[in-house]
Amino acid sequence: MKPLDPRLLRYARGTRVYLAATVALGVVLAALIVAQATLLAHGITAVFLDGADVRTLTPTLIALATVVAGRAAVAWAQETVAVRSSAAVKSELRGRLLAHLVAVGPARGGDTGAVTTLITRGLDALDAYFARYLPQLVLAALVPAVVLARLLPADLTATMTIALTLPLIPIFMALVGLHTEAANHRQFRLLSRLSHHFLDVVAGLTTLKVFGRAGAQAATIRRISAEQRRLTMRTLRVAFLSSLVLELLATLSVALVAVGIGLRLVSGHLDLTTALLVLILAPEAYLPLRQVGAHYHASAEGLAAAEEAFAILETPVPARGAAPAPAGTIVFDDVVVRYRDRDALHLSATVEPGEIMALTGPSGCGKSTALDVLLGFVTPDHGRVTVGGVDLASVDPAAWRSTIAWVPQRPYLFAGSIRDNIALGRTPMHLPEPPTAFAHCFTGTVPDAPRPDVAAAARLAGAAGFIAGLPDGYDAALGDDGAGLSAGQRQRIALARAFLRDAPIVLLDEPTANLDTETAADVMAAIRRLAHGRTVIIAAHRPELIALADRIVDLAPQPVGAR
Amino acid sequence: MSWLRLLRTAASPAAGGLVLAVLAGTGAAGAAVGLMAVSAWLISRAALHPPVLHLMVAIVAVRAFGLGRGVLRYAERLAGHDAALRVLGRLRARVFTRLAELAPAGLAGYRHADLAQRLAADVDAVLDMLTRVLLPYAVAALVGLGSVLLVGTYSPAAGLALAGGLLLVGAVVPVLQSRAARLADGRRAPLRAELAAGTVDLVHGLPDLLAYGADSGRIARLAESDAKLRRAEQRSSALAGVSAAITALATGMCLLVGLAAGAVAVRSGALSGELLAVIVLTPLAVFETAAVLPAAAQHFAAARASLRRLADVLSAPAPVSAPQAPVNVPDGPHTLRLEAVDAAWTPGRTVLHDVDLELRPGARVALVGPSGSGKSTVAALLVRFLDPTAGRVTLDGIDLRRIDPELLRQIVGYLPEDAYLFDTTIAANLRIARPDATDDELRAALAEARLLDWVGTLPDGLETLVGEHGRELSGGQRRRLALARALLRGFQVLILDEPTEHLDDENAAALLDDLLAAVGDRSVLVITHRTDIAARVDEVVDLNRLPATVPV
Repeated sequence: MKPLDPRLLRYARGTRVYLAATVALGVVLAALIVAQATLLAHGITAVFLDGADVRTLTPTLIALATVVAGRAAVAWAQETVAVRSSAAVKSELRGRLLAHLVAVGPARGGDTGAVTTLITRGLDALDAYFARYLPQLVLAALVPAVVLARLLPADLTATMTIALTLPLIPIFMALVGLHTEAANHRQFRLLSRLSHHFLDVVAGLTTLKVFGRAGAQAATIRRISAEQRRLTMRTLRVAFLSSLVLELLATLSVALVAVGIGLRLVSGHLDLTTALLVLILAPEAYLPLRQVGAHYHASAEGLAAAEEAFAILETPVPARGAAPAPAGTIVFDDVVVRYRDRDALHLSATVEPGEIMALTGPSGCGKSTALDVLLGFVTPDHGRVTVGGVDLASVDPAAWRSTIAWVPQRPYLFAGSIRDNIALGRTPMHLPEPPTAFAHCFTGTVPDAPRPDVAAAARLAGAAGFIAGLPDGYDAALGDDGAGLSAGQRQRIALARAFLRDAPIVLLDEPTANLDTETAADVMAAIRRLAHGRTVIIAAHRPELIALADRIVDLAPQPVGAR
Repeated sequence: MSWLRLLRTAASPAAGGLVLAVLAGTGAAGAAVGLMAVSAWLISRAALHPPVLHLMVAIVAVRAFGLGRGVLRYAERLAGHDAALRVLGRLRARVFTRLAELAPAGLAGYRHADLAQRLAADVDAVLDMLTRVLLPYAVAALVGLGSVLLVGTYSPAAGLALAGGLLLVGAVVPVLQSRAARLADGRRAPLRAELAAGTVDLVHGLPDLLAYGADSGRIARLAESDAKLRRAEQRSSALAGVSAAITALATGMCLLVGLAAGAVAVRSGALSGELLAVIVLTPLAVFETAAVLPAAAQHFAAARASLRRLADVLSAPAPVSAPQAPVNVPDGPHTLRLEAVDAAWTPGRTVLHDVDLELRPGARVALVGPSGSGKSTVAALLVRFLDPTAGRVTLDGIDLRRIDPELLRQIVGYLPEDAYLFDTTIAANLRIARPDATDDELRAALAEARLLDWVGTLPDGLETLVGEHGRELSGGQRRRLALARALLRGFQVLILDEPTEHLDDENAAALLDDLLAAVGDRSVLVITHRTDIAARVDEVVDLNRLPATVPV
């Protein structure tokens, strides 16, 4: 594992500032450690051998108090800088992640839940990485160097002992690590399977109870927990070996140094001040290295979170054109989209302006994919889509989408008022990328459709009735993805969006699926109003939708598949 | 039950191992302190040029401490983890047994799967509590006490300073730290929630945002939330450093007091000069041991919260209890009946009022009604996950409360909307219903559920893994596998809860037909909000249009 991922420096500039500050603080801290040891050695010698009283000791005590205050100040500064830097780095990464997700678009696939968790909580793992691990890493490099530099002129033998044993620690740890890593990895995988079993049976508790198997599972849990303990202990016996080596080397070296200087003191080859200096500084040389190991988890978790972020940031952004939005005949020219080694869509079709085309076929035949291609969410693996003879690949997607009103199968409703949700169609389209310092100027821009427009769109969509029935009408706040609204109500809000957008092209994706007959009839009426005078492409299942179309394209695979 | 009692009862069988761990840990930390103390004396003594022989004991002690520390620390960690894992195993089994008694009605507060999962994760907190909190604190307390006595014997002032410093680091700093953390969290929590809501909206609503050109406005709004959060985090940074500064000051204060008090004592003859270094330098090693305490205290708060949640669950009242003297049920065919039933998941929030329902042998009844009308509650009553608050539920005229629930659930099967598939093979999922079923019996059940053809196309056949929550299967396949499992069990009465939810029309109709064909002459209650069920069943009961009775 790399201690510091260089990409962290690239993607989060805050890291560089932090590293510089940490190194500066580390140098000051190392100097203070040496100063403290020197003062203590002098003070003890003065009292013990020279018979100094408190008065003659006062300057030393004052100097020592200053050093102590200095160490406290450095400790405070280290934590403060770490928290500030971590906040800045997380903020920078979040900003980049969000911008990148939008740039890549919905085709990225992958687990949206995992992305959300990473952005909201996952990056917090960097806190401990910045506050604990990185500073310790810097100290592990700086402190031994400064300590050895101080000891070198005082006592060559002790300096050499420390200088020779210190590198043994990382070497031995690496050796032990190499030997055990593969075995550990295997066992940890097994262990995580065992822990997962407990979560699995708790989640399926009701099912177990239905089948009268809950009692038997308790015994299984006991057995598996015992097995898990046995395996964990086997792993730990080896895993703790590396810290055993570390502690042994560090403590034994200090003991050897202490005995050595004691013997040379007896023989008169060394004075007490130097001996005390060595005794105080020797453990300090090993301490940061020992603590790096203790913060291994902080490091691993922080780097894992960063790794996840980098994986997203390194997803390539699809190429996009810059041409202005075309208009005219829409042609699917032998368009193929492949998904998991099979054709998710294979379509050749032409839609004239003002025409209504229905895409039909069983679920999974690519109806939604065809609409995604047209929206630019999915890039065809073969073939192309042209509009008025212009290849869509060369067109600026945002400009092209501004000519489309899309009603998805399951429209997403945003946290906010019903008005804001309908007015989504009225967002200024070509906002320049706002500089962060001026970000606040742009927050008011999202929904600014005038009230009558929204109400008119809602009326046309057949949504005005139920909105009027809500306690706050158009200001009613929608929670968590429109919780509390029925499928039909969501659909009508999405239709209102489309009416408000008033675009020449309308894409409808199974707008009446999951609706009961009565609601479906209302929604159908709204769809007829919306389709009037526009080019419409409908992914359709129900006969009444298909009946609306001037042209029907059956996407069913030939010959008809098993499903 | 308090979390402390829960911990005590769970940990008592592993007490021996825990004591061993504390002793080994104390030995390891004691060796570190001893190394410094004896070395300090050795060097001071050596400065007076005595015969080397007089130093031999100290030299051997220093070397022994040097060796002992690492070895004892290794022993401490192994003994501690072994004991903690034993406790974990016991606690897991105990929590699971209790959850099994409570599920699902007693866990009304935990009905969301995530919460059940969190509960399962809470059990792991006992590991942290033992190895990362109690063990370091016990070791630091013992070693701290010993060191205070050692230093205090030679210089009471230095001993007092050491005691004070240790209390600062071990008790005051953690309190300050948790205060600071709470303050910071309080500031950050609403901002985090704002950022999280915005992020969820952006990630999940991205297609809608892009299609309507609303993406840059959203990003700008999120940037604003993010900047607010960053500023709040940076504002609390000054507080975060205070604890570290106090720890540094406490160590330094002990050094100063030790040197000053030692100088006075040596000058007055109360202290031998060669012990001065011992008094001044020993605290350096002691504070190294104590330095882990603030981190240990941080784990404490989280682990305690987890254990408290567990203690709450363990002391929750059971929603249904098995009868003292269960009544025997005659052999089938069986009739299930709801008679003027009221029911509530949480006291006072009645979801069913005065409901009558009869399911005669071989009958096919559909229970319809909008969501929230209590359809699933009826199912819970029929398998006795819940008892009615008024009226009664009977099997062949016998009140369910007088029947052994295990026996009842052998007769009445329930296929919930979210029938759970375990993260294992198709065969193992089926054998939940009948552990001794042969492969042929499994295939027969799969055939009845119209899934055998598909299983036949799989390279691993019955041994195919279904993935977490069955995610390797399509929605329809999951339902069919769950149905096959229910069929394998041989229930005489089957309750199917929203069997076609989240399926498209075509798949839904096919599944419904297969379901009803597969159940054969068993009695079936289909719970659904679909209106096209009427043609497929003998009777439709609409929860909304039940004859309204006049409330008292």
